[in-house]
Amino acid sequence: MKRHLISAADLSRADALLILDTAEELASLADRPIKKLPTLRGRTVVNLFYEDSTRTRISFEAAAKRLSADVINFSAKGSSVGKGESLKDTALTLEAMGADAVVIRHGASGAAHRLAGWVQGSVLNAGDGTHEHPTQALLDAFTIRRRFTGGSGGPSPRGNTVGARGAGLDGLRVTIVGDVLHSRVARSNVLLLSTLGAEVTLAAPPTLLPHAVGSWPCAVSYDLDSELAKSDVVMMLRVQQERMTAAYFPSVREYSRRYGLDAARMARLPEHAIVMHPGPMNRGVEIAAEVADSVRSTIVEQVANGVTTRMAVLYLLLGGTEFPATEFPAVTR
Amino acid sequence: MCAATNPVAGRDGLAVLDAEEIRRALTRIAHEILERTHGGDEVILLGIPTRGVPLARRLAARIGEFEGLKVPCGSLDVTMHRDDLRLHPARALGRTDLPPGGVDGKTVVLVDDVLYSGRTVRAALDALNDLGRPRAVQLAVLVDRGHRELPIRADYVGKNLPTSQREVVHVLLAEVDAQDSVTISDDGSQP
Repeated sequence: MKRHLISAADLSRADALLILDTAEELASLADRPIKKLPTLRGRTVVNLFYEDSTRTRISFEAAAKRLSADVINFSAKGSSVGKGESLKDTALTLEAMGADAVVIRHGASGAAHRLAGWVQGSVLNAGDGTHEHPTQALLDAFTIRRRFTGGSGGPSPRGNTVGARGAGLDGLRVTIVGDVLHSRVARSNVLLLSTLGAEVTLAAPPTLLPHAVGSWPCAVSYDLDSELAKSDVVMMLRVQQERMTAAYFPSVREYSRRYGLDAARMARLPEHAIVMHPGPMNRGVEIAAEVADSVRSTIVEQVANGVTTRMAVLYLLLGGTEFPATEFPAVTR
Repeated sequence: MCAATNPVAGRDGLAVLDAEEIRRALTRIAHEILERTHGGDEVILLGIPTRGVPLARRLAARIGEFEGLKVPCGSLDVTMHRDDLRLHPARALGRTDLPPGGVDGKTVVLVDDVLYSGRTVRAALDALNDLGRPRAVQLAVLVDRGHRELPIRADYVGKNLPTSQREVVHVLLAEVDAQDSVTISDDGSQP
């Protein structure tokens, strides 16, 4: 693995499987009386959040604390950012305080990449603009793998009892639906899930697909209904009204009618199929309330798996030897 | 280290235990566990991955044969509690699998293949501490090769093997390596 986690494209199949396997072992921690490991004692993790976030920040905080790291939370509101401090100066301040890892969420695409050039510690991208959100993709892959390969715990819709360890997502068909243009979750998921062997299809209105989508390792469809019957996983994306600067569809109601997942559409999915959503949901827009609360929905599971997956990433980036200033060669064991 | 001070120089690739001897050693340890725990009541066996786990299973099977007693058997991964994590790139984790009922009030016998510095056992004691409060903890190893760096000793030993620190002891078990053997080499090369 590399020293930073900026993009899902940085992860080879072996890296991704190592993270998922590690997460699988860490999952049992949640059932124990003491949900804490001493592994990162004395290390400092800074949560640097320039954008609002509930689950990602709490999830990273819980993950770091369960590994006994010290956590410093920074949110742009109420900090010197309000006085006009730049990202670089903030980064140098954190550096001086001895941060071993910086978890960054920023509204600008590429912010995590820039930060990685300024600090000594590991940088974990927790969402940069419309670019990437790799830990979300990892937790989604982890959730899918648990559901479909019968890893310890989760139900196995296919009746497959093979342990999840070492398994990829080969042959699983994942349909990602909705606002791909503004979604960092979609980009990271396309990259990671295809690395793991899944066949990914994007289903979205043409206006909500990025220009370069043709170069992504996935298929593209404008018609959700034709994709439903062959999907093992349907991942609904949030319609990101706050990033929309132009009219991408005539009305919310029309969007919902053509690309929203309601009970009628869910009924057309194969029996084993699952419904995912990275949250926060717009109930009634991209996903109907009855679908979000159905047994097929993995939305709550995704949140729980988020802590486990982020623990795995923090452990693998910070748990071993300190990386030299130059990029460290791939981990072999 | 000078070769002249090595008490056992020149035994590169030597087989220390063959399959039959491993079987006998485990049979003896199983009997000793039964003896020392007054019939194996409330005992659970926890193997330390990788090779402690099949050893724990074999011991549990032996005890089952001798006394018709079903001894719960599990595994305890100690990676996250090791004191040498920062000396290596992050390691992949092994499995921790506790028998139903947990460790509270039980006599836990930790099982590992080789006892060397004692640091793995210390990590295991820490890991166990987070899982509950056993009534007692004992240690069974197939090979004790000496050179302890911590005040730790084994309760049950398959074979005491004096070694030099330069030598490497390889334990191979059928469940993991397709054959049973213990060998010793000078330079860490596999037999």
